[in-house]
Amino acid sequence: MSSSSHSSISKGVDWLVIWLYAILVSIGILCIFMVEYNPDKFTMGSFFTFNTNYSKQLLFAGICALLAIFILLSDSKLYTAFANLFYVFGILLMLATFVLGKDINGSKSWIPLGGGFNLQPAELCKIFTALALAKYLSRLDTDFSKTKSQAIAAAIALSPAVLSVLQHEAGLALAYLSFFIVMYREGLPGIILVIGFSFGALVVATLLIEPNTLAIILTLVAAATIYFMRRQVKRDRPLLIIIIAIWGLCVGIQRFAVPYIFNHVFECYQSQRIYSAIGKDYDCSQNKSAQNEVANSKTVKKPDDYNVRQSKIAIGSGGILGKGFLKGTQTRGKYVPEQHTDFIFTSLGEAFGFVGCFLFLGLYLVLLLRIIFIAERQRSAFSRVYAYCIASILFFHIVVNVCMTIGLFPIIGIPLPLISYGGSSLLTFTVLIFILVRLDADRQMVLR
Amino acid sequence: MYNQSRSRVIQLIFIAVFLVISVQLLNLQLFSSDYKIQAENNAIFRKVVYPDRGIIYDRKKRAVLENTIMYDLMVTPNETKGTDTAAMCAIMGIDTTEYRKRMIGCIIKNTSYKPSVFAPLVSQEIYARLNENMFKFPGFILQDRPVRTYPYSAAGNVLGYVGEVDTTFLRKHKQDGYQMGDYAGITGLESSYEKILMGQRGVKRSIRDNKNRIQGSYENGAFDTAALAGRNLYTSMDIELQQLAEKLLGNKIGSAVAINPKTGGILAMATSPTYDPNLLTGSERRKNYGRLVLDTARPLFNRAIKGQYPPGSTFKPMGALVALDEGLITPSYGYGCGGAYYACGGIVVKCEHHDAGHAASLRLALSHSCNSYFSNVFRMAIDNPAYKSPQQGYLKWKEYMNAFGLGVRLNIDLPSEDKGNIPDTAAYNRDFGGPRWNSCNILTLGIGQDRMLATPLQLANAMCFIANKGYYYTPHFVDSLENENIDDTVYMSKYRRKHQVTNISAEDFDAVQLAMLDVTVSGTAVAAQIPGIDICAKTGTAQNPHGKNHSLFVAFAPKDNPTIAIAVVVENAGFGATWAAPIASLMIEKYLNDTISANRLPEVERISKADLIPAAIKHWYAVKDSIKLAKLLKQVDADKAPVFENTVDTKKITFDPEAEPNRRDSDTGNINKQKSPIIKPDEKPLKKPIKK
Repeated sequence: MSSSSHSSISKGVDWLVIWLYAILVSIGILCIFMVEYNPDKFTMGSFFTFNTNYSKQLLFAGICALLAIFILLSDSKLYTAFANLFYVFGILLMLATFVLGKDINGSKSWIPLGGGFNLQPAELCKIFTALALAKYLSRLDTDFSKTKSQAIAAAIALSPAVLSVLQHEAGLALAYLSFFIVMYREGLPGIILVIGFSFGALVVATLLIEPNTLAIILTLVAAATIYFMRRQVKRDRPLLIIIIAIWGLCVGIQRFAVPYIFNHVFECYQSQRIYSAIGKDYDCSQNKSAQNEVANSKTVKKPDDYNVRQSKIAIGSGGILGKGFLKGTQTRGKYVPEQHTDFIFTSLGEAFGFVGCFLFLGLYLVLLLRIIFIAERQRSAFSRVYAYCIASILFFHIVVNVCMTIGLFPIIGIPLPLISYGGSSLLTFTVLIFILVRLDADRQMVLR
Repeated sequence: MYNQSRSRVIQLIFIAVFLVISVQLLNLQLFSSDYKIQAENNAIFRKVVYPDRGIIYDRKKRAVLENTIMYDLMVTPNETKGTDTAAMCAIMGIDTTEYRKRMIGCIIKNTSYKPSVFAPLVSQEIYARLNENMFKFPGFILQDRPVRTYPYSAAGNVLGYVGEVDTTFLRKHKQDGYQMGDYAGITGLESSYEKILMGQRGVKRSIRDNKNRIQGSYENGAFDTAALAGRNLYTSMDIELQQLAEKLLGNKIGSAVAINPKTGGILAMATSPTYDPNLLTGSERRKNYGRLVLDTARPLFNRAIKGQYPPGSTFKPMGALVALDEGLITPSYGYGCGGAYYACGGIVVKCEHHDAGHAASLRLALSHSCNSYFSNVFRMAIDNPAYKSPQQGYLKWKEYMNAFGLGVRLNIDLPSEDKGNIPDTAAYNRDFGGPRWNSCNILTLGIGQDRMLATPLQLANAMCFIANKGYYYTPHFVDSLENENIDDTVYMSKYRRKHQVTNISAEDFDAVQLAMLDVTVSGTAVAAQIPGIDICAKTGTAQNPHGKNHSLFVAFAPKDNPTIAIAVVVENAGFGATWAAPIASLMIEKYLNDTISANRLPEVERISKADLIPAAIKHWYAVKDSIKLAKLLKQVDADKAPVFENTVDTKKITFDPEAEPNRRDSDTGNINKQKSPIIKPDEKPLKKPIKK
């Protein structure tokens, strides 16, 4: 504690990250302003009335700035010391949500704080999980090459995700998958990521290609593999069994598992969103939950790809240079639903076009690469793992959010870090980034 | 450190994924032009801005057709929370059920986010009451809407009206940018000068939101085009003369046309029965239109250009001109008429006069309207030895008629003008089995009967060329346009061209004019005389197959410097001198003296009150009213849904008054005698109260 009291808070701080943070938050406020702007009602004063989203976001940004200063003033040992405690607190908070939870847009993941503000523990839990994971992986007695350690690390990362799924926040849950990138960096066998990707590719292929054709293709691939590896297979009989097992698994997934999941596990709208991301239409009458609703004589509204369509129109109409600040017709007309939160990227795409988007994404990439650079210069494993956690979480959010607006990914409610409207999200990312900045400033210290 | 290489892998993954995103952005933003178009379709609302229609002025620059503002009561259903429904219903005179019904109708038609019309074109009184209570009705607004108005309530059939365009109109005017729901001139000057009156539409682009609400202008109006107001028309009409003519023709069926022979500009064109053109604007338009269209007296029918009448004796000056020009007679030529024309054997044409010497010269014969004289003159023209056969002679005679503007369209600037009838030789050949007919067969053509038909406009135009001694201008209303350009001048030139009527000499015209002057001095229309004005005139009493004779009168004045030529037709009214002549006389006086002398004012009242509507038409009104009454009674009696079986009867007794205006029904005797049948049926007081 004494060390921080006589050293300036700016000592050793990574200014590039802080500048990028500030620029991105400002862009975010301007984007929200663009979405809400109405020339008839606008006065400069409305930035400070706090009844519009952009003025609220400005307020949040102010709070975040105070919080950032507070974090920078704090002692970095605090975070290693209390990491596990924080994690337990976070999990308890998420459990509390089941009791105190408020229903907002169909998800029960909010705790009302009064005064119109709500807290989403699943967001905050990202911080705690990142700290806990860093703590666990940096323990001297953790040997991450052991499967047991890998399982424990995965459990730490995925417990909040499971709770999120139970709160009907599939999008937030997915964000926890990004911790696998960290684990990969720390020694998780690459094959697990490869298997993960292969599974994803298989699911997409299942949706895209007619089932029988895909089965034939898979069989041909298996046969070709056996043919080319016939020498190894002769020497090593179990290999043949493994290949055949993989083939059987793939066909099983393709023929039974995927349709089952789409028809019985997912809600109709979720299936439709995934289908529309690859440009196809989902037949809701096959969906179990939709059938149940029909049976209960509820009218099932056919979900369509309106969001993605409007989002693509808004971005696509931007062209090379965009329509200019506050001149986006789709933004003015509120054609894109949830444009100030999850679809904030569309306002940017429309107003500033390809050049604007490219520069904007460039900012993000610089931030990400800078964080990785910071991670690699840490002496302490805790700081390194934590930095990777942040890079991964940011990366996952950015990619999923942007891909969703440009139609490369199904729609899941994931905010664009530092840009989307929302106090919880901004607060979470601020804390995440500034803890890193704090840790990085103390990189000469060896932390446990 | 260990696993350092994996850092590179992760960085590469990051960069690769960002590149994939950039490629998709390139694809969306640069290579798919489709999204731009979709965005425009989404968000840019093209609104056509309607300019004010042009105003029509009369010759003294009084506006006879102009624009006024009326108000539509608009409602945006989702904003009506807190509206005082009861007060609204009280003002509008509806009940809450009706209120709810209209509201639901609005929501169905136009969603609850957009304003729709709750009540179109509310009356002045309701507007006033609404306006002061508007604060009670959130979600309601009064939206102004330009409407045509006729300040003098006159000349409906001339000025015409605007109406919503139909599909036929849209097909015909593809290039002119009309769209469904637009208004365009349907008849009259509104129709024939549509292009000038409508002005040029503007386009205003604005941004609309996902619920179709307007958010403001697009690019601050950089792509908008301004609407150009319609141009005004300056007509030759004298609205006071027009009103007088309509008043004088009240309770009659007929028409009066007055033209300034010096320019061809029409001063007045009245047709009767007519209607108040203001009935066809405003909210009651549809209802009124329906009633006018079904009216058996056909108030929407412009008899001045579509009514076809045998000209009768009013044709005689023209017969005389043909004979004079052909050199067949001289002004001093006389004919011994003994009360009838016997020269054609079986066909005898009676004459009103018996006294010897009433046809001793052209002057005497014309002023006394001697049938024998003009029958004889006509035969001379047909049997003219200069031509080989009566057919040839007839063709020559027809050529004269067409040059006089009879039997041809004059191409006045009103739509659907009729051309009257001067029969072709083919028509007679068909009747007589080849060219075997002679002048005796078609004898009554010479006194404006037989198959000769002319519109009142043609008769007035004939007076013009006689007044001008040999030429006329195409009759027209519009003298000039506001900001006339080259194209307009070309278009208008047809109304400014002098039509030379053959080469009849001035002496011949002098002779005819002198004779026509005698008509009002000592002839058949002495009553039409106005002190101090030399009126050249001719009466006509046309026999017609539909009943009582039509009363006709044509005239021009003053003789030496004619500035008004006039034709008046009153259907089934008897002698020309009785009704048509005084009407024309009063109109001439009004026009030339700008006022009617005090001692003749009672005459105006007497004539306008005189009821000459044929009994058959009156019967129609009576039956219509009694059916209405019967229906009402039935409703009261049965206290259940109205029974409409009687509508069948209405159809049975309707008939075309134009075809047989004077049909004598067996039950004419017990028709309710009514003072004026042409009053609006709705305004009639109910004879029995609907509720007990």
